[in-house]
Amino acid sequence: MPQPDVRLDRVTKRFGDVVAVDDLSLVVEHGEFFSMLGPSGCGKTTTLRMIGGFEETSEGTIYLGDADVTDLPPFRRDVNTVFQNYALFPHLTIYENVAFGLRRRKIPDGEIRHQVATMLALVELPGYERRRPHQLSGGQQQRIALARALINHPRVLLLDEPLGALDLKLRKQMQIELKRIQTEVGITFIYVTHDQEEAMTMSDRIAVMRHGRIEQLGPPEDLYERPSTDFVAGFLGVSNLIEGEVAGRDDRFAAIRLPDGTVLRAPSASVNGAPRVRVGVRPEKLRVLALTDEASSAANGLNTLDGVILDASYIGVSTQYLVEIASGQRLVVYAQNIETSGAAEAHPDGQRVRLTWRPEHTFVIGAAPMTPSDEQPEGEIHA
Amino acid sequence: MAGATARAEASAVRADAPHRARRPLGRRIGEAILPIFTALVVAYLFLPIVVMIAFGFNDNVGRFNFTWQGFTLEHYATVFSSQPRMNQALVLSFTVAVISTVVATTLGTLIGLALARYEFRGRGPLNLLIFLPIASPEVVLGASLLALFVSVGMSLGLVTIVIAHIMFNISFVVVTVRARIAGFNRSLEEAAMDLGADEMTTFRKVTFPLIFPGILAAALLAFALSIDDFVITQFTAGQTVTFPLWVYGASRIGVPPQVNVMGTIIFAVALLGILLWSLLQRRERTLRAGTGPGVGAGS
Repeated sequence: MPQPDVRLDRVTKRFGDVVAVDDLSLVVEHGEFFSMLGPSGCGKTTTLRMIGGFEETSEGTIYLGDADVTDLPPFRRDVNTVFQNYALFPHLTIYENVAFGLRRRKIPDGEIRHQVATMLALVELPGYERRRPHQLSGGQQQRIALARALINHPRVLLLDEPLGALDLKLRKQMQIELKRIQTEVGITFIYVTHDQEEAMTMSDRIAVMRHGRIEQLGPPEDLYERPSTDFVAGFLGVSNLIEGEVAGRDDRFAAIRLPDGTVLRAPSASVNGAPRVRVGVRPEKLRVLALTDEASSAANGLNTLDGVILDASYIGVSTQYLVEIASGQRLVVYAQNIETSGAAEAHPDGQRVRLTWRPEHTFVIGAAPMTPSDEQPEGEIHA
Repeated sequence: MAGATARAEASAVRADAPHRARRPLGRRIGEAILPIFTALVVAYLFLPIVVMIAFGFNDNVGRFNFTWQGFTLEHYATVFSSQPRMNQALVLSFTVAVISTVVATTLGTLIGLALARYEFRGRGPLNLLIFLPIASPEVVLGASLLALFVSVGMSLGLVTIVIAHIMFNISFVVVTVRARIAGFNRSLEEAAMDLGADEMTTFRKVTFPLIFPGILAAALLAFALSIDDFVITQFTAGQTVTFPLWVYGASRIGVPPQVNVMGTIIFAVALLGILLWSLLQRRERTLRAGTGPGVGAGS
């Protein structure tokens, strides 16, 4: 098995009384696109800066490969950083910006010229050598910052919200670009962002962080399909959570009884033993059926809940429904507009409906309630 | 469609025209007075300099150079030969100015960096104390420096003048450089270190080139303050005579026109310096203009 590129062993960072990173352990494998995702103040940037050598650790050890780099200054670490505001040297040309790292290692001029040209081609800005940073657009500066870091062939590339200052369209484009470059150069990327879509688009694995700790770590599908905490469920997209009690389980499924007696099934593996739990399901997994004979027959083997449509809003690719179930709780449903044309809503307000979904699409979260102080992407509804 | 829009615009312009002619009277008077007023203020600022330059060309009679007699270039020809004492004084002033500028700029830049960059015990008070030499009256500083030098038994002369000039110059340098560093984006230094530059290389390749305009401004200010300082120099000079001291002494028996010539030359050099400076500033503004969002704010 190849050696991990970065290993954090019980790393803690305190700023005065504030614990920014709390006893964090982490392994990033070679060639991985690894993201640290979380709201501002969750410790993701501090963690990145400790790996880069810009912040000292209060406790714990950081390894690059098998070398302990905890006490090494940034210029002795085989990592490079793409900074949030690019940090291109305004007094130097693009050529000298990109060549900066090579010059420090006393590489001969001819070799530098060749490598800079190669790098500028990689980031698709060939021929920009003689310009200055201020003559470039934000997106171009971003690419130069990337070239300047990658030219040193670091063991790990650290990226601190590198797309934060770009507009949405450019950001989407750069996400694809970054992933392409990462695949092409095969360098380990550690990427810090607060944008869940950005992290999900590019990452092999994501660490969702909160209060200086890792809340959950795994591939994007795992985090989305099987969030293990309220926070992760809420931070990555929208989810419906319903309180219930574990009533029994077999090899495949656990039965969870809601206060009104309805029984829902969820994969056994997602139940961790706590009796009081919350059952979760993503809005796009729900199907809305008008309460007819057709509905009851279709519901065979599925989880079902009956309710009333409170609101339906057509948003192009999908229609969002707000459905009030028997307990009074409101669930969000995204229905793909496959059959509807939009003008005529499939389910008008006030209609009695049955919601159905597959038990496999159900996740279960232990009943620890979320603290209200937690920052969440407010009202963000992703279709 | 387009034609209709153009016609509408044209009529809007016509409707606007008579309105513009009917501006209030007060405002019209104001607009007439403003250029005159401005010209008067500018004249007020520059009259002394004009007089100085003009009387450098005066074909004066006798010791005094106060009434216009006629035009001559003679004083320009004799500026360095007719007044050997003035030349000595001038050389001394330049020596003092150069030494005190170099030393004060170096020390002041380091203090400015420390004050802008690092948290240390006594930083707050020091930030305030650094203003003291600027704020206190020169007479007080001069008198106390004299008392100090005498009490430690130093003989007054070039050394004491230089020490005094470095002292008051440091404050000006610190204040100028600190302001420059305050707007400096630290992540540029982090980027340099990230790319393999150690602390010294980072300073040489990134920090210094970027704060250099501030240091240069500080040095020019220090030089200007030193070369024409009178009060503090008077207290600390002993028998030594700098250019300002010599001019003051000469004025009691009649200032020779060569002083005007020398003043004109110094003024011309200073003017050239200012022009160069503003050119540098303009270049630098374009450099800073596009360093990316958030850079100027200094995150």
